[in-house]
Amino acid sequence: MYPFTYHRPASLDDARARLAASEDGRPLAGGMSLIPTMRFRLSSCSDLVDLNAIDGLAGIERHEGGIRIGAMTRHAAVEASAEVREAIPALAALAGSIGDVQVRNRGTIGGSICFADPAADYPAGILGLGASVNTDRRSIAADDFFTGLYETALEDGELVVSVDFPVPERAGWAKFGNQASRFAVVAVMVSLAGGAVRLAVTGAKSHVFRVPEMEAALAADFSAEALEGIAVASEGLNEDLHADAAYRAHLVGVMAKRAVRAALAP
Amino acid sequence: MTTPRTVELVVNGERRAADAEPRTLLSDFLREGLGLTGTHVGCEHGVCGACTVLVDGQSVRSCLMLAVQAEGSEVRTIEGLGGADDMHPLQEAFWEKHGLQCGFCTPGMLMTAVELLESTPGAGMDEIREAISSNLCRCTGYQTIVEAVQAAAERMQGEGQ
Repeated sequence: MYPFTYHRPASLDDARARLAASEDGRPLAGGMSLIPTMRFRLSSCSDLVDLNAIDGLAGIERHEGGIRIGAMTRHAAVEASAEVREAIPALAALAGSIGDVQVRNRGTIGGSICFADPAADYPAGILGLGASVNTDRRSIAADDFFTGLYETALEDGELVVSVDFPVPERAGWAKFGNQASRFAVVAVMVSLAGGAVRLAVTGAKSHVFRVPEMEAALAADFSAEALEGIAVASEGLNEDLHADAAYRAHLVGVMAKRAVRAALAP
Repeated sequence: MTTPRTVELVVNGERRAADAEPRTLLSDFLREGLGLTGTHVGCEHGVCGACTVLVDGQSVRSCLMLAVQAEGSEVRTIEGLGGADDMHPLQEAFWEKHGLQCGFCTPGMLMTAVELLESTPGAGMDEIREAISSNLCRCTGYQTIVEAVQAAAERMQGEGQ
């Protein structure tokens, strides 16, 4: 790991000031992705601004419009949250499917979506549930947040503070995870709210994406059978030693059906 | 500052302090800074689970945390679990059920299992398998480890009654 200056601010304002004052500063959330990449010297920074000591960035709140999850909320807290399990069980299922217990104890929702790993689970949760990402300066709609491979709409120094999830009538999560890493080879979050369907896929491309054809079919008939015959093209899908593009395209169809069945399960 | 700073924390109930550079991993700090070499370092990038310790009661990979982040925390390592004369039920069970062969993964397995059995006393087979899915063992295989954790769970529940 290249050397860096470490900061542990106690407030968001202090964190912003330290990031602004640094030559090439980075915020540190759970560190489950950032620390290993720094250790491999794939990334480095002049200043590491640790967000773990800031009060008020972690927590889950149920309010009229839905559920607000603080950026520094650990995956284990979302998995175990009675509010999330009651309102959006698919989101608790997603959180519980991330990595393993040690990763869920440290990893955060804010860190996961800002890192924007192409195989991360939360991006599908954000996009498939139509959440909005609140930063220290604005609110960003899910459809605008993920912009590319490890890329988001965040500006330099912009910090995610919380994520707002509307409560859907139904939602389902299905994941085909790599057995060793538990990263998604392909995973799907589907939701139905006020007659509108959102279906988001992670693991298959440079970044999370929706499948409008499947959404339209499900809006007309919210059943796994409605997806019969709708194929996703393999062009542009990820290929690696775990799965080639054709297999990933096939998995999108299978996971979409499983997600719909999960959403319909009593 | 990139220069070393003193990190103070409580390890196995004892107040400890040593210097660490900001980039020093907690795993290396425990081993080299504090001389607690029971925490093993395998892959050093969050895959193998050998370096698992408890920080403020929760299992973490100490290779995915900086030592400076543990400032003020309570850390439990394998050294705090029990010694040859006062073994923890998990240690006894691993011994009896042959839950180890070379022993490299054992400290991480035990710390993962401690968290599981303390938070979920009646943990069943599925929960045990899910919990230790975070830890790699390259020689014993997992069956005897699962049996050992199960035996310890039963023993700990018996003691609790």
